Amino acid sequence: MSRRASQDVTITLVVSAFLIWFLPLMISTYTLTVLVIYGMLGLSLGLIWGFGGILCFGQAAFFGLGAYTYAITAINIGESTLPMILAVLVPAVFAALLGAMMFYGRLTDVYLGVITLVVTLILFKFMNSTAGPQYAIGNARLGGFNGIPGFQTLNVPGDPSAYIWGDTYFYVCALALVIVFLLVTWLLRSSFGRIAVGIRENEVRMGLMGYNVAARKTMLFAIGAAIAGLAGALFANWGEIVTPNLFSLGQSAEIIIWCIVGGLGTRFGPIVGAAGLAYLKFMLGQQSMIDNTLIMGLILVLFVLFLPRGLVPAIETLLNSIIGHKKRKPKPHRMRRARHG
Amino acid sequence: MVETVLETSGLTMRFGGVIASDNVNFKLQARELRCLIGPNGAGKSTFFKCVTGLLKPTEGHVYMRGQEVTGWQTHQIASLGVGIKTQTPNVMDALSVHENIWLAARRFYSIVEARERADEIIERLALGAIARAQMGQLAHGERQRVELGIVAVANPWLVLLDEPAAGMSAQDVDRMTDIIHQLTRFAAVVIVEHDMQFIRSIAQTVTVFHQGAVLMEDSVENVMSDPQVRAVYLGKKA
Ligand SMILES: Nc1ncnc2c1ncn2[C@@H]1O[C@H](COP(=O)(O)OP(=O)(O)OP(=O)(O)O)[C@@H](O)[C@H]1O
Ligand SMILES: [Mg+2]
Repeated sequence: MSRRASQDVTITLVVSAFLIWFLPLMISTYTLTVLVIYGMLGLSLGLIWGFGGILCFGQAAFFGLGAYTYAITAINIGESTLPMILAVLVPAVFAALLGAMMFYGRLTDVYLGVITLVVTLILFKFMNSTAGPQYAIGNARLGGFNGIPGFQTLNVPGDPSAYIWGDTYFYVCALALVIVFLLVTWLLRSSFGRIAVGIRENEVRMGLMGYNVAARKTMLFAIGAAIAGLAGALFANWGEIVTPNLFSLGQSAEIIIWCIVGGLGTRFGPIVGAAGLAYLKFMLGQQSMIDNTLIMGLILVLFVLFLPRGLVPAIETLLNSIIGHKKRKPKPHRMRRARHG
Repeated sequence: MVETVLETSGLTMRFGGVIASDNVNFKLQARELRCLIGPNGAGKSTFFKCVTGLLKPTEGHVYMRGQEVTGWQTHQIASLGVGIKTQTPNVMDALSVHENIWLAARRFYSIVEARERADEIIERLALGAIARAQMGQLAHGERQRVELGIVAVANPWLVLLDEPAAGMSAQDVDRMTDIIHQLTRFAAVVIVEHDMQFIRSIAQTVTVFHQGAVLMEDSVENVMSDPQVRAVYLGKKA
């Protein structure tokens, strides 16, 4: 177990070191930075959905909340360290409260989807309506649909004049993603992660075993929101402005598509899906022949039809069959139906 | 004095107009083995669900080891040391047999102990050959056996089994009987069953449910030869 764990860490470090060296040779670090940030956002949903069975239609809400928290506190403080921390904590606490309400209330998955969707919509509408000067937190005016520009961007902790930007900022974001990825790996290997997967598979049975399903789902939901919040803060620093579009439903839908295309139930899939599709969208954005929403829709439909498990699991299967790493073939389905009552 | 581990008083469950559980007074002693029988729809499963918190009874009280647990949630009751197998199989299909049993053990034991206990139970239930197989690929009898392992690995003092032998082969049933006898060394066990052969082979006292209420409670022989029981239950089966 611990040997496999250290093997996992080594592979992660080698692969990411290679990518961090190699990719800037092909793509500008400015574009890569946002791909890395989206990768982290994809991972946040991939964690709670793929391993906890929680389908959240409002992951963008936590992303936006992280970005806004950063912008607002950065303006007021003028230094970036505390704002970065708050940008993780505020969405996490918000998600813990929202999650507790939903999971202790034993809402079904459909209502969970509806509520997370509605919360995102409310935040979007609210942020759009804050154009007036009366909407200000400290020195930070919320600015309605124009958003908040001109906040202190990331600096070396303790030195507000030492900005971290350009190539360096890319390396910081990439490193952050690697660290989050390793933390997620560790979490999934821990008892907490294995229990979360058990809950994904059968909530009733986990309850019958004595696990407090509501508490554990709430916790996982909050962890996902914390990661999304961190991604949001990094995004705010990258764009140097936050706008209500961060909360848009389109953004939420895109995160879900990233996970499906990349591969649910894997750690790597949602990151690949996010970065890949975001890059594709970026390329498509440079031409005007074809509408890029149409292409995104088409890709989703093709994946659902032909690669329903997503890219990463499909590649894994392919690699395994090439290397001859034969997996034991599953036995034919011999299960008979039990009497139901 | 023998300790009473499970007691219900006036337990009643109504679904709209249907009275699925009707004023049930039930008492079970430590390490007792009890069978519940009754025709389909007699309210056996509903009684279990009320006791285990899967349903909230309309009226009445549930006590475990003297403590009132009425209205508690399932995970709270299970945490006391109560092992539960529902009538419909409840397992994690995408996970391995070992992982299923390990998860049950982990609730009460450290990571290392949980693995040891899981290995031990897997050996005891002769599941070694399929320990790494996915639950979803197993035959029905094997799944039932694993679910019994899930219950047993947590070392419960009260075990509630809703039709554990349903749909099993004779050989599987024999093995099940052994396992249940092992459980009774430390736990009181309540079993809902339809299979008379099986009940004869294990039970001492039998409680008969009929239309939600307790019709009678007596030794196997007396219950089997009771004309009223035969009329509502055995007669129907023959
Ligand atoms: N959720 C429910 N809503 C409405 N009626 C229910 C519900 N659950 C059970 N019932 C009814 O309560 C009665 C008792 O059902 P229960 O499942 O407890 O019977 P049982 O003794 O377990 O039967 P079986 O031997 O078929 O498992 C039946 O008439 C059933 O239709
Ligand atoms: Mg039943």
